[in-house]
Amino acid sequence: MTTSSNLVWLIALPLICSALLLLAGKRANAWGHLVATLVSASAFAIGVVELFAMLGRDVQDRPVTQKVFTWISVGDFKVDASLLLDQLSICFVLLITGVGTLIHIYSIAYMSHDRDRRRFFAYLNLFIAAMLLLVLGDSYLNLYVGWEGVGLASYLLIGFWNEKPAYATAAKKAFIANRVGDVGLSLAIMIAFATFGDVTFKGIQAQADQASSSAMTAIGLMLLLAAVGKSAQFPLQAWLGDAMAGPTPVSALIHAATMVTAGVYLITRSNFIFDAAPTAQLVVIIIGVITLLFGAVIGMAKDDIKKALAASTMSQIGYMILATGLGPIGYAFAIMHLLTHGFFKASMFLGAGSVMHGMKDEVNMRKYGGIGKYMPFTFITFGLGYLAIIGVPPFSGFYSKDKIIETAFNAGGLKGVLLGVATLFGATLTAFYMTRVVIMTFFGNERWGHKDEPHESPALMLIPISLLSIGSVASGFLLYRNHALEYWLKPIVNPAGEQHLEELVQPIVVSALAVTAVIIGVSIAIKKYRGEISSEAPVKVNLLTKAARRDLYQDDFNESVFMRPGQSVVKSLLNFDYKVLDGLVRLVGGISIGAGQSLRKFQNGYVRSYALMMVVGVLALLITVWLMSS
Amino acid sequence: MSLLTTIGLMPLIAALIIGFLPKLNDELIKRVAFISTTLIAIASIFLATGFDRSQTGFQFTQSNSWISAFNINYAVGIDGISLVLILLSTILVPIVILATWHESDVGRWGSKVFYILILVLETLMIGVFAATDLFLFYVFFEAMLIPVYFLIGGYGSGEKSAAAVKFLLYSLFGGLLMLASIIGIYVIADNQIGATFDITQLAKLQIDDTTENLLFLGFFIAFAIKAPLVPFHTWLPDAAKSATPGTSVLLLGVLDKVGTYGMIRFCITLFPDASKTFTPYIITLAVISILYGAFMAIGQKEIKGLIAFTSISHFGFITMGIFAMTTQGMSGAALYMVNHGFSTAALFLIAGWMIKRRNSSIISDFGGLQRVTPVMAWMFFIAGMSSLALPGLSSFVSEFLVLVGTYTRYPVAAIIGTLGIVLAALYVLIPVQKTLHGPITPGNENTTDLSLREKLAIAPVVAVIIAMGFYPKPVLDLINPTAEKVVTTAGFTDPAPQVRK
Amino acid sequence: MSIANYLYLSAILFTIGAVGVVVRRNAIVVFMCIELMLNAANLAFVTFARINGNLDGQVVAFFTMVVAACEVVVGLAIIVTIYRSRRSASVDDASLLKR
Repeated sequence: MTTSSNLVWLIALPLICSALLLLAGKRANAWGHLVATLVSASAFAIGVVELFAMLGRDVQDRPVTQKVFTWISVGDFKVDASLLLDQLSICFVLLITGVGTLIHIYSIAYMSHDRDRRRFFAYLNLFIAAMLLLVLGDSYLNLYVGWEGVGLASYLLIGFWNEKPAYATAAKKAFIANRVGDVGLSLAIMIAFATFGDVTFKGIQAQADQASSSAMTAIGLMLLLAAVGKSAQFPLQAWLGDAMAGPTPVSALIHAATMVTAGVYLITRSNFIFDAAPTAQLVVIIIGVITLLFGAVIGMAKDDIKKALAASTMSQIGYMILATGLGPIGYAFAIMHLLTHGFFKASMFLGAGSVMHGMKDEVNMRKYGGIGKYMPFTFITFGLGYLAIIGVPPFSGFYSKDKIIETAFNAGGLKGVLLGVATLFGATLTAFYMTRVVIMTFFGNERWGHKDEPHESPALMLIPISLLSIGSVASGFLLYRNHALEYWLKPIVNPAGEQHLEELVQPIVVSALAVTAVIIGVSIAIKKYRGEISSEAPVKVNLLTKAARRDLYQDDFNESVFMRPGQSVVKSLLNFDYKVLDGLVRLVGGISIGAGQSLRKFQNGYVRSYALMMVVGVLALLITVWLMSS
Repeated sequence: MSLLTTIGLMPLIAALIIGFLPKLNDELIKRVAFISTTLIAIASIFLATGFDRSQTGFQFTQSNSWISAFNINYAVGIDGISLVLILLSTILVPIVILATWHESDVGRWGSKVFYILILVLETLMIGVFAATDLFLFYVFFEAMLIPVYFLIGGYGSGEKSAAAVKFLLYSLFGGLLMLASIIGIYVIADNQIGATFDITQLAKLQIDDTTENLLFLGFFIAFAIKAPLVPFHTWLPDAAKSATPGTSVLLLGVLDKVGTYGMIRFCITLFPDASKTFTPYIITLAVISILYGAFMAIGQKEIKGLIAFTSISHFGFITMGIFAMTTQGMSGAALYMVNHGFSTAALFLIAGWMIKRRNSSIISDFGGLQRVTPVMAWMFFIAGMSSLALPGLSSFVSEFLVLVGTYTRYPVAAIIGTLGIVLAALYVLIPVQKTLHGPITPGNENTTDLSLREKLAIAPVVAVIIAMGFYPKPVLDLINPTAEKVVTTAGFTDPAPQVRK
Repeated sequence: MSIANYLYLSAILFTIGAVGVVVRRNAIVVFMCIELMLNAANLAFVTFARINGNLDGQVVAFFTMVVAACEVVVGLAIIVTIYRSRRSASVDDASLLKR
């Protein structure tokens, strides 16, 4: 296999830069953000160089590796710190560094008034490094380091304004939900090691056919748990909405375009495990479907623009997870949707950030309205993203989502019909809630209740948005044309070259159905939100809306099932420790002291009583001797 | 006289020198203590460079007759595991001295006695890890209690006398059980191969099952108290709360390792059959410790008590790794001892600084420190992350090795143990949020950030935590041969993977 | 007269002495009672020497007398010193070790 010595710099550069910015302290305030942006851009440049190098090689020689050093080696457990760049990871490298760099540029302006801008950029670079490690690691353990690294970066960035207790709590919640997922990844690695004696992708893939199906199912389910935690899938999705506490560029980069999609990467990367574990695949599909509807329903009721977008992210990742569950042909479409989603969702989040920038950090869409004419550029780019996400041809979302719907139908039988209908219904819901967001923000009556007119954002923010918009318009077509991405990824995710034996539904019919679903969703939304919109959220709403506003009661569920019992466990253990365990110890001490206290009374200091005691003692002794001798 | 003995005696000589220094010149005493311990640390690193990794036996050995009537020898020697623990001790002592420069000023007997106690303790710590004669080990094991007793009772805070007595009595009780077992094994040796306390000789004895089980329990309970495992742990939180931060570092960072070290060196090596019999129970106990310590830590209101309970959870991991009887578990456990030493040191030292500045150890009295004292907050955060075993920091490598090693033999225990990592996130992030985040609460507005001396003290600890997370190989290379040997001599081989290559 | 009567007498004397030690407060009296007990023991020794027809008991009796003499010297000295310092010869007053 080809080796390359560039790969380590992809990770090392941002990592060193991050450490530098944190260590340099205030001294770096003036130039820190520029260096960070430059570093991110150079990582992107390395990625592009590697892409062209890869294109220049034959298909079987495309992956490159680099062994950096031996990390852990104990008995049979050998893990090298070594990196693997193949057709799958290069997609991610370019997405992460590309979108990452744009968001760095955007943040220069967006965070310009923040006293901690340097720290913010340090965290961003830390994130870039960790995320690149996640996608470049050649073994599950290396991936795990990146996996928790992005969790840490996400924690730091969600809690960037942690002076607000609610934000600090949101950060903590995200970390803990992720840790629950990390348990899955840890266990998957342990099972893999016990089964294969190896934790590298290559090593496991080579022996995948020899393992028992129960082991494969177990690994698959554990990996899924990891993906569920990181990608905010049901039932660990509750943290994502709260994660919007972070600065908006963070929401765009981490909680929309890259980190939350790591679960999709994990499943795609582990395709050789899931392909051998049908049960696990079925669970993947179920989780994907539940989440795509779950997220869409929540998105329909949210008034906070960022939370509405977050719910949409959840739902879109549900689509991707569903696609990964559909076997070899699904992976490429999952990645395609991931890439297009990275563009349009990032562009919309940045657009939302731009709106917030012009609206004094207001996030409640009920206080927006009619912003389109004040911020035309933001409106146009947001609109392009909107057209992409709902799946209007020829925007990017159309191609990627359409393919997932088609694959769902082609799963065959009742399963295919159910999945197809679910994805179509999801498309309708998506169209509805996104139309709602656009109408409430850019159209209708002005509801912000103060005189200051919203103003358009500076160019430094608009340029990244427009570049991302170009991506959200064109990326779908480019990736779809001539099956470009499908063939590109084939050696990794579908080496057998599996195809659907028969196409149960004609692609053109699926497209027609999908477009119809979108039209239905858009028209319902227009009908509902055409008129005057109240600046206060209506109180009398139906049960479903109430539930959706409360994130379908997931928080309440977690609180009553995990948190409260957990707290009472802690409380009762505290009692047990003090009263029983330490109580026993104190009892021993107490008995000693009590015995001393009572025996002390005999030591009264009177010679005569000592003498009496002696006499009694001698008598007792004599009597004993006499009794024993007789 | 071997280099090992020389290094062991160096602190004692330093203590003697301090003994002759004028009592009132605190600064001079501190400087002498710091410089001499730094020299000792350098000497022990030199010792490590002379250590031959390819050998699995004891090195730098020395044996002189001590009490010839019972064939008791002054016999010392080190293998990989004892070497890294000696390194841990000698490196932590100067850091502790530098970090807690003013800790002794308010104590009962002044700083002269304080540093003499610390230095004597250092000699004993080196001795306890170096002893290859069972009786000598016992002497060091018990003698260590004396300086610690006075360090807690004389320089601590709060209910220090009660805590010191509790610590002493607990340890003496364990020591007594161990003494009984030592006499027992001596008698057996006397009957079979002639009187000896040499541990390599003792390992060859044939002991009948019942006796072996009893002797094993005597050792194990002593070490379980020291380590400590639930339910023998209740002395630790009290001692940690009352002791000065520096003493706590030495107590949890080094002295408690004698427990887990003893399990490897004596329980498993001397009584392999009994170890096999008791392994399921011990693994259960270890898993209980992991969860129990974590839950208790979550419920603590007091910062030092919290760190103490996190340690109990970590000692559960170490014990689990040891008794998993796989090379990964054993190496992981030994590495964990070192890593836990450094990460607890960081936690305790920083907590000590926070407490000293705020004059309170209640977590809820703090708030918003990240804004007021960024450097201190960062250091606390990194130490906390190390405690929750974040990949990239040292604890992760050892914790994962322990879990993987355990999983291959006891999957259920490993799965339950893995749940501990979620609890770890809770017990670290809750205090982090309460102390560092949120608005700056009254009483914390004017907290000063770390001084240069404090920064210099904590920097090497944090550097080690990060460096060992990325590149644990140098230490693992020292540990691995010994760990493999322990597992093999106990009669175990690593479970083979399901798929044969 | 049976030789056992000497033993009875010895026992009676010993008991009187023991009771005296326990019930009397005056140090001098207590002291005399102790002497009485010692001499009761002496009587028993001499009697046994007579019964067994050897000199062992008599030797011990002499030994006891010597010890008793020493004891008297030390004991009286202590009593006199205590009396001087406390103006009392009651043994109950000398409970300094307790307090």
